[in-house]
Amino acid sequence: MSKTTTRPAVRKPEAENGGAAPGAGRPTLEVIGLRKSFGTLEVLKNVSLAVEKSEMVFVLGRSGSGKSTMLRCCNRLEEPDAGEILLEGQPITGSGVNLDKVRRRIGMVFQGFNLYPHLDARRNITLALRKVLKQSRDEADTRAAAALTRVGLADKAGNYPSQLSGGQQQRVAIARAIALEPAVMLFDEPTSALDPELVGDVLGVMRELKEDGMTMLVVSHEMAFAREAADRVVFMADGHIVEQGPPEDLFTNPQHESTRAFLSRYSYGP
Amino acid sequence: MSNLDRFIETFLNGAVLAKYTPAILQGVWVTIELSILIVIAGTLLGTSLACIRAYRLRPVSFLIVIYADIFRALPPLVLILLAYFGLPNVGVTLSSSTVLFVILGLTLGAFAEEIVWAGITSTDKGQWEAARSTGLGFTQTLIFVVLPQAVRMVIPPLTNRAIAITKMTALGTVIGVPDILNQATTAQSFSGNASPLTLAAVAYVVLFLPFVILSRWLESRFAWKKG
Repeated sequence: MSKTTTRPAVRKPEAENGGAAPGAGRPTLEVIGLRKSFGTLEVLKNVSLAVEKSEMVFVLGRSGSGKSTMLRCCNRLEEPDAGEILLEGQPITGSGVNLDKVRRRIGMVFQGFNLYPHLDARRNITLALRKVLKQSRDEADTRAAAALTRVGLADKAGNYPSQLSGGQQQRVAIARAIALEPAVMLFDEPTSALDPELVGDVLGVMRELKEDGMTMLVVSHEMAFAREAADRVVFMADGHIVEQGPPEDLFTNPQHESTRAFLSRYSYGP
Repeated sequence: MSNLDRFIETFLNGAVLAKYTPAILQGVWVTIELSILIVIAGTLLGTSLACIRAYRLRPVSFLIVIYADIFRALPPLVLILLAYFGLPNVGVTLSSSTVLFVILGLTLGAFAEEIVWAGITSTDKGQWEAARSTGLGFTQTLIFVVLPQAVRMVIPPLTNRAIAITKMTALGTVIGVPDILNQATTAQSFSGNASPLTLAAVAYVVLFLPFVILSRWLESRFAWKKG
């Protein structure tokens, strides 16, 4: 994959905040005391987590542990019941926050890709550039081409989602998110819907993003990838973060009972 | 006179056909004009209302549902007669063509609203989430992401409904709209011969069959292969 393409800077908080960034020194993404219930089911029970700039944090846990809900709260696709979320030191929860403005700074990649089926790959990417960032057609096309090059699909700009494999669709979805130059990227089980032989391409793109300094919060079951690529692994169980640390520590020497049980189910570890 | 001759004499009388074809052709134009106007107004109205309903403002949605249900429940002929013969009593006098256009436009609007609404609600929730996650607002997502998919999904049922409603322009005959059927019944009573009605039937088939075939084609054309 070419690395010489015009690559937009990963983020530019100065332009957003005007001069000295008030978020300087703070983590890129901070979750503080997050709570969320669906009816009587309490899914998140006081979850706190910080993701530093350029850090890749993996969230593991069995289904129902609340990890996807936590991720979806981070761009308020789910509305938290209590707690605070800060993006570069700025609160994004509570009223008075311009959600659309916040969301363009938070990229999200979904399990089901969610590409727009009526638009080709290029226009999947340019839609938000045109309508949200108000770019001209030329500007948006240029940026879409750069984003598609980054995910290795420069030649698929004119293809519709139905003409792409699952792995290619997910890479276009990643390109759609990174084209907005987000401060942080959220991945919600990005490879769970893929055939095994297509998973590698998507993980390869994620690894390159990390090498380029992208801040990433990933919910996934790709244990081998987490162990190899993540800076930190967070283990969730029953609406809590029960344990976190460098992947090597967590995988080889899990402290918490539920972490051990989870890891042994995936027959991972020493 | 043989039975066959009598049949031809009654339904395919050359002299009568020759005499009244120009009148019926005039009726064809009236039917075409009205049909186009009704389809445009009805689908625009229905689509707009479905979009407004997407905002889920309770009182507004309630009014839309009331309208859609009433106009879907009532036979258009009842409303046509009511409007044409009733409204002048309260000082509103509309031409017969206007009454026909308004009532059928509103009727198609009611069905179109329900059809497009079904398309909007059956669009995958992930489409909304993906669009909103890129910073697109609700209205932008509706217009640029959801509506194009919804409309594509519902084009076959919408086409079928549009055909069904535009055929009802024949109801205009009862209030004197000079459409195909009206010209034909007038010709039939002047000539005492059913041939003009045969011609009217042929005219309707020629007019609407292409749209029936078109709807069949659209159905296959817009069927997506899910990726």
